[in-house]
Parts: sequence; C-alpha cells; structure tokens
Amino acid sequence: MRRRRDTETPAEPLVITEKVKGAMRLAAISPEAKRAGLLPGLTLADARARIPDLWVEEMDPHADAALLDRIADDCDRFTPVIVIDAPEGLLLDITGCDHLFGSEAQLRTLFNARLRRAGIHVRAVIASAPDAARALARYGRTAIVPPGEDAAAVRPLPIAALGLADDARLSISRAGLKTIGAIADRPSTAFAARFGEKMTLRLRRVLGEADPPLDPRRPVPMLWVERRFPEPIGRAEDIEAVLGELSDKASNRLGEQREGGRVFEASFFRADGAVRRIAVETGRPIRNTRILLRLFREKLDALADPVDPGFGFDMIRLSLPVTEPLDTIQPGLDGHAIEADEVADLADRLSTRFGTANVLRFLPEDTHDPNRAAKAVPASFNPLTSPVWPTPEEEEPPLRPVQIFDPPQLVDASAQVPDGPPLHFNWRRRKHVVVHAEGPERIAPEWWRAPDASERDYYRVEDIEGRRFWLFRSGAYGSKAHPRWYVHGLFA
Amino acid sequence: MPQVDLEALRRQVSQLERGSSPVASGRFSVGSTAIDTALGGGLMRGALHEIFAGQIMHEPSAASFAVMLAIRAAGERPVVWVRQDFVGLEMGEIYAPGLAELGLSPDRLILVRARDAPSVLRAGEEAARCPPLGAVLIEPWGNPKTLDLVASRRLALAAGRSNVPLFMVRAGGTALPSAAATRWRISASPSVPLEGEAPGHPAFAVELLRDRVGSAGRNWIVEWDRDRREFKDLETIPGRMVPVPPGRSPDAAEAGYRDAG
Repeated sequence: MRRRRDTETPAEPLVITEKVKGAMRLAAISPEAKRAGLLPGLTLADARARIPDLWVEEMDPHADAALLDRIADDCDRFTPVIVIDAPEGLLLDITGCDHLFGSEAQLRTLFNARLRRAGIHVRAVIASAPDAARALARYGRTAIVPPGEDAAAVRPLPIAALGLADDARLSISRAGLKTIGAIADRPSTAFAARFGEKMTLRLRRVLGEADPPLDPRRPVPMLWVERRFPEPIGRAEDIEAVLGELSDKASNRLGEQREGGRVFEASFFRADGAVRRIAVETGRPIRNTRILLRLFREKLDALADPVDPGFGFDMIRLSLPVTEPLDTIQPGLDGHAIEADEVADLADRLSTRFGTANVLRFLPEDTHDPNRAAKAVPASFNPLTSPVWPTPEEEEPPLRPVQIFDPPQLVDASAQVPDGPPLHFNWRRRKHVVVHAEGPERIAPEWWRAPDASERDYYRVEDIEGRRFWLFRSGAYGSKAHPRWYVHGLFA
Repeated sequence: MPQVDLEALRRQVSQLERGSSPVASGRFSVGSTAIDTALGGGLMRGALHEIFAGQIMHEPSAASFAVMLAIRAAGERPVVWVRQDFVGLEMGEIYAPGLAELGLSPDRLILVRARDAPSVLRAGEEAARCPPLGAVLIEPWGNPKTLDLVASRRLALAAGRSNVPLFMVRAGGTALPSAAATRWRISASPSVPLEGEAPGHPAFAVELLRDRVGSAGRNWIVEWDRDRREFKDLETIPGRMVPVPPGRSPDAAEAGYRDAG
C-alpha cells in the first residue's frame, strides 16, 4: 500500500527509513526510487551516495497502523467481516456480499476506485481461500480466482509467497524448488520433518486445502441490515427514517428467528470515508421497532459530540452483535409481565441517556465487609438467580445506615473507656455529643483482601439532636498506633 | 336468615383495617393516623411532593422519610431513585442494606446517578411517566437554576398523568415557588432508646409546611415501624418526654435553611 503525495513537488525518489541494528536502512521505497535503482534493505548512506537528491522519511509504524485501521473502517461498507493483516494488508470476507454490488468483479472495481480516490494504491485479489488471496495479492498477477481454482492459481507463485522464515526459504530454494507448485508435488512428510508442521500447514492453507483461523477486527454481528444511498443523505429526519426502515427489517428477521437483540449498533458511513458508530443496549432481548427507535433518539440526543454528517452518509448499517431467543409475545395474557417490560424499557432508556454505569440495581453479596455488602450493577444486568436480601430481624432498629461514606471520614473523638463508645466527636466542624450508643460490633477485615487492615469496632450512636451515626474505631487503645475514629455512615 | 349486605360488610372491614381515617380515592395513607387526617385522607398519589431537611445535616432523615413514603405508596412495585452525584459525595452514597432495614427491598430499586440538576429533572420526569412504577424519588442538590416553577410543573404533570407519586428531596435547598402538592420539612428526632441506652427506631420531627388543598403548619414527632411499615406517633406514647430539637419551630415554616456544615 502506498500513499501518493498530495503536493505537486517534482517526483524525487521517496524512501522510508528504519533503524536496523544501529544503521539507517531503507524499509520502503517509492516507484521513482525503484526506477532509480534503489532497493529496500540498503543503508541510507549508500542510497544517498547513489542518489543525492533523495526524499527521506522515517518509518512510523503507529501511523501506518492507524492508517490501516482507517482504511479498514472505510472498507466496512463492503463487508462487516474484516481481518487486519498487519503491516500492510486487509482481508475482507465478502461471502454473500458480492451480489449487493452486482458481481465480484464490480465489487473489486468499486473497491479499487474508492481507495484510489483516497490516494491509496492497492492490489486486490478475490479468491476462495484467504491465504491464497493473500499470497496472490503480493506475488501474483491474478485479480479474481474462480471458485475451486485456488490451487492452480497459487502453484506458479514463488516460494516466498508462503511467508516462511528466511532460513527455511533459503534452504528450500537451494534444494531447487522455486515455486509453490514444486513443493506441493512432493510428499509433505519430508517437508514436515525438515521444517515442521507449520510449514506444511501454511502450504495447505495457501492451496485452499485448510482454513486459517480468522480474527476479525470487530465482532461479527449475528445479523445485520444496511441501506446504501445513491445520493448521500444528511438531514436528521432522513436519517431517522432510514433507521426506522432498518429497524423494521431487522425486527422482521429477528421475528423469523424468534430472537431479539440485546445490542444494536448503527454505523454511519460518511461519503468521505469516516465511520461513526452508535450503539444502544437493552436489558432484555427486544425486536420492537418503536422501542428501538426511541432508544436511538435518546442516544443521538445525549451525544456530547453529535453525529456530523459532513457531506452526507452514503450508507447506514444496523448490526446486532448480540441476539437472544425471544418468543412471540402474547399481549394481554399476563399484565404483570407487560408492566415489568415497561419498567425494563424505562431502565434501557435511562441507561442509553445517562450511561449504563449510572443506572444501577443492587445485588446482595455474602460478606461481612460493609463496603462490599451490596454490589451495584447496571440495571440492565440480568442475574441468573434472583437476589435474596437478608430480612431484618423483627423489633430491631436498623443496624445499617442508609447512607455510607467511601472512604470513611476521619473524626476527632474521645471515648470514656478504652473499649467504649465515644462521648463526643467533632465532624465537619461541629461537636456531636453522644447520648445513646450501642456497640461494639467487631468487623474483622477479610485477611485475604487486605492483610494489613486492622479490625474495626462499630458503634451506632445518637447525638443530642437525634442524628444517628455509624462510627467505628480502627485499632485498639494501648496498641502501638493510636486508635482512630471514623464516621462510616448516617442512619435515618 | 337475615340478608347480609356483603358490600357494607366489606366496607366496614376495610375501615377497621385502615384505622379511623379512611383513605380518600387517588391518595395513599402515609401510615400515621394523625398525619393522614391532617392531610384529609392520605397523600395525593399522582402529585409532586417536596421534602426538605431541617438542616443539611438532617438530609439522611429527609431522604429516609421520602423512602418511607415511597414504601407506603409503592407496595410491591419498583421504585426509581434519581440522585445528583454531589449529594452522595456530601452526605454519603445510598447503602442498599440500610434501605432493606427501612423496609425497602433493594431489588425493587433502580438508582439513577445524575451528574447535574438538569439530568436529575430529566431522568425524574422520564421515570414519573412510567405508570407501573410505585414511586419516584429525585434528589437534586441545593437550589439549581433549572428547578423553576415550569420545571416543577412538568414534574407534577408527569406524576399526575401516570399516577406515580414523585418525591423530591431537596437536600441543601430552600423553598422556591413550585407546583408541589405538599411540602415537608424533616429533621431527625431523638429516638426512644432501647435496652442499654441503645439508639432506637428512626424518629423524625415532621413538619407539614404546605398543603395545596388542606391546612398546613402542623408538626408531629413520629417513629418508623419497619415491621408494620407505618409511623407511630411518639407524642402519644404515655410517660415519654420528647425533647423538641432546638432551632426549629413551626413559625419558621417556609423560611428554609441554609447550612454551611
């Protein structure tokens, strides 16, 4: 992949340099440099000696990776399944996508034209096996390999196309084997014994006999629907109408599969290549277009940086990475279930607007540590078992505060006896005189979490005005460190 | 055999069950006969109710009182509590086991943490429009600019349409013109100590500052009975002297407090 220069400077040979073992060497060169007789691997000093008028840039792997990522984003419009083949390749799984563009050839033409407009030269090859396409793109001349002819197309390629380590490649070529076909004709056991199973596996993959594991850069959605526009659209009403149409389509497909979506992601493909993705999540599987649109409206409304259509979107896709079984709803049979659904929808809307981390439910935890006795989880989180909160004992006053400080706040307290409750304490610049107190309730820290923490003696105290506090003393009188008092919570 | 009027009997039984103050329609009993009677048969369900703290230090009592009203109103239905982050920083985060000890099962609660007052109002309104909810609590901090008469009317309207009571806890706030049906001021009150001088059940000094349809300016000292989910009138307990906390009197009604603490 090469990036054409934007400026119209005279075509000086461009070289990209990289530091290899302390020497600056050429890592990549432009066609002009190639014509001038330079080769990658040459030291920069040698290259300068040959061509003094050289345009030198340093290698920037991060920028390369970022560019590749942007290109991959843009290629998302062709298929959602894209594998990054670093440092300079992309694998697009176009299974089932070609018909959207007419044919494979048309897709390829469109693809090339799109990237060329962005100033990027690519070699695109369509083949059945990913590794065959990969090898052909780098070493072959074929553009489209008809189904089933991968092996034939790959056979004439040099063995370098296998992507082996240098010493292995050298040994094989020294044996007089120059092409992949030559290796494929010989029994694989000999190669396996000499170069390892890996080499024969590579060979089989390139020949299309074995499938490589693919690791798409984004999770492959369970289901997706998309809409392309001949003229880019940008008005909010148009976008919403398209989202509605896509939701309807997706909902129909979900209905056929008796499923509902948990995550819905709308991807907006701008004509200039930028892609913006907006996702909404639901607490339970849904396929109701009205609810879905309402969530999207909430989300689009709440965005800190609104979706900028620029010169317009030329494609919008709705993909569902997560779907779950959802049976056909029979309305009216169970009023209770419908009410529960309404509350779940409310939680989804609030989560969409305020973030899942801010719309919470509480789950009980089986621990003595008061800080961990309740776990706040997103309201959309569905526990497998329904939580069981301990029932308070009858006739007992509340033994735990309604509000708690994390971390506990240090107070200045004085106690009458070493193990007794405080007589008074100063908190927030006020003196609180204790009139009633109960305690201590000793809570030992969980040693497997905080081995150095000291035990805490908790007291419920009430001051003269009737305010009720949850105080604790950390450490005992008489020990090395002076004990300290904290207010941990406030009672009703 | 004499003809038994089943309907009349049912009415009689329900009267007995609810005590001497029958709850008017569209209202719910706050769980105290004295207060219910003063309100004219319970608290309006589809309405906005404002709850102030006597002083900022009494915010936990005001919030707890709102929780207790929510328990009374909601029954077994879910409750949404929208809270501005600053309230948690200042007065402590909501502690679910403590709510359970007041009688509100935490698995019925959805907590929304809002960054600022406009978010609180927005989330509160959204929640108040959801009829299956039992109650909505919202807790903005101080006197936010956005909480004007229009904003409170919107909240009251949402509550009225869905018939979900909306309790607004005004921690650190003062009374502003609002569309609230009632306005309360709650302070912690010394509890009736248990054995061994242990602090007793939650007790509050409750002041009804305003009631749109009834009389206002009443005050009570009550104790929350978690097991029966109702308030006990502390002043009626014989042989008990209940000190009235200093600094508060019914005359100070509507004045509101600010506290640097």
